[in-house]
Amino acid sequence: MSIIINHPFYAHLQPIMIETDILIIGAGPVGLFTVFEAGLLKLKCHIIDVLPEPGGQLTEVYPKKPIYDIPGFPSVLAGDLVHNLMKQIEPFKPGFTLGEKVEQLEQLSDCKFIITTSKGTQVKAPCVFIAAGLGCFEPKRPPISNIRDFEDKGIDYVIREPEKYRNKTVVISGGGDSALDWTIFLADVAKKVTMVHRRDSFRGHLDSVEKVMDLAKRGVIDVITEAEIVGVAGSDALETVTIKKNSGESFDIVAENWMPLYGLSPMLGPIAEWGLNLDKKSILVDTRDYSTNIKGIYAIGDINEYEGKLKLILCGFHETTIAVQSAFAICYPDKKRQFKYTTVAGVEGF
Amino acid sequence: MEQIDITITVIDREGVAHELTVPTDMGMNLMEVCNGNELGVEGTCGGMALCASCQCYVESNHKLHEPSDDELNMLDQTFFVQDNSRLGCQIKMTNDLDGLVVRIAPKGE
Ligand SMILES: Cc1cc2nc3c(=O)[nH]c(=O)nc-3n(C[C@H](O)[C@H](O)[C@H](O)COP(=O)(O)OP(=O)(O)OC[C@H]3O[C@@H](n4cnc5c(N)ncnc54)[C@H](O)[C@@H]3O)c2cc1C
Repeated sequence: MSIIINHPFYAHLQPIMIETDILIIGAGPVGLFTVFEAGLLKLKCHIIDVLPEPGGQLTEVYPKKPIYDIPGFPSVLAGDLVHNLMKQIEPFKPGFTLGEKVEQLEQLSDCKFIITTSKGTQVKAPCVFIAAGLGCFEPKRPPISNIRDFEDKGIDYVIREPEKYRNKTVVISGGGDSALDWTIFLADVAKKVTMVHRRDSFRGHLDSVEKVMDLAKRGVIDVITEAEIVGVAGSDALETVTIKKNSGESFDIVAENWMPLYGLSPMLGPIAEWGLNLDKKSILVDTRDYSTNIKGIYAIGDINEYEGKLKLILCGFHETTIAVQSAFAICYPDKKRQFKYTTVAGVEGF
Repeated sequence: MEQIDITITVIDREGVAHELTVPTDMGMNLMEVCNGNELGVEGTCGGMALCASCQCYVESNHKLHEPSDDELNMLDQTFFVQDNSRLGCQIKMTNDLDGLVVRIAPKGE
C-alpha cells in the first residue's frame, strides 16, 4: 500500500501527514484514556481504529452489558463508560482516524515513527502507543478456500454503499440482525435477494424476522434455510455460489454479489511483523514503563503481556498512566516535569 | 457423600482425546475447563456467549439444557456449525455430565 502512496506519481493524492506527540493504535478504553493522561502532560494524541466508532471491545462486543469493576462505579454500562471517556478526553482535542486499519510502521533517522493506514493516511510521531486489545476487529471470513479471489469482486463483508447492488443478483448469509436488516433493505434495491440461513428459524428483532418471512411469502425474496454456502465460483468476478443443504444435497445459484455477514472477530494482523518481542499474540513489555523492545513504542491494555498480567480495563488505565510519563521524556528530553494532582492543577485543555 | 468430581473427555483439534477430572462444585463451565487444560480454546468473551471461540460438538448422548437465544444467535454467526454444536461456555459442569464426550470445533481464520 505505502509503496503506491509514496510513488511520486501519486503525490497529488497524498494526504497531508498528520503530526502529533503520541500516535495511539486502538480506540478501546485504554487508547482513549491515554489521551487524558497524555493531555495532563501537554502531549497531543492522534488515535486510529479500524472500527467506525470508538470503544473497542466495549462498543463492538458488549455495549449494553454492565461492568462492575471500574473503581467508583458500582455498575456502568460498557457503552456509557465509552461515552464518559470521550467526554473526559474532549478538552485535549485528540485527532481521530476511524474506519482505517494501521498497516505499516517505519522509523525515520530522527527516531520518529510513521504509521500508514489501509487508506493511506500517514501519522508521524515520536511515540507510538499500541492499545490494540485483542487485535484489529475484522469481518469473519467463511472457510472457503478460494474466497479471497472474489473479495471486492462480488464478495463484501461490510455493506458500505447499498446502491452498488442496484439491479444485481445478491445473496446474503449469516446471523443476527444485520443479515436480516440488509435483506429487507436490499429487497427494494437489488434485482433479486436470496437469503441463506443455517437453521429453519431466525434470531433477531421479531419485527425484522416477520418482515423477512413476509417478503419470502410474497415471492419478493428467496429464503433458503437449513443450508450453508460452501463454494464460490466465477471467471473474473463472482458468478455463482454453491449451497449445501443440511440434508446433504448441494446446488449452485447465480450470485453477482455475496455478503457473508457473520460479525467481526479480532486479529492481531500487521503489528506482529514490526519486530516487537511477542508472546503468542501479545506484546512483551517492561513493567517499569510498559515500553516494548523498540524505544518509543509502548504496548498497553489487553495487547501486552508481562508476569501477572490481567486483561482488565482498570489495569490498562494504570499501564498507560505510567507509560505516558516515560513517553514525555522521549518527546521532551530536556524538560523536567513536576508531578501534580488533577485536584491541584485542574484539567487544562488545548 | 455427594460426588464432586466427574470425568469428561475432550477431543482437541488434533484429534487427541483428553480424559479430564473436573470438579462440579466450582461453577466451572466447559470453556474454562478447556482453557485451564490448555486445549487451545480462547474464550475471548470470557464466557458470555459473545464470541463462539469455544464452539464444540457434543459427541456423547448426554441430554444438555436447550441453548439460550444468545447462544443460538452466536452459533448463527459462526462457521463449522453442526446439529450437535454448542458453546462450551454455556455448559456448566454438573454431576449429570459425568462421561461427557466433546470435540473442539475447528477455528475460523
Ligand atoms: C464480553 C466481555 C466482557 C468483559 N467484561 C469486563 C469487565 O467486567 N471488566 C473489565 O475490566 N474488563 C472486561 N472485559 C475486558 C475489557 O473489555 C478489555 O480489557 C478492554 O476492552 C481492553 O481495552 P483495550 O483498549 O486494551 O483494547 P480493545 O477494547 O480491544 O480495543 C482495541 C482496539 O484496537 C483496534 N485495533 C487493533 N489493531 C488495530 C490496527 N492494526 N489498526 C486499527 N485498529 C486496530 C481494534 O479494532 C479495537 O477497537 C470484558 C471483555 C469482554 C469481551
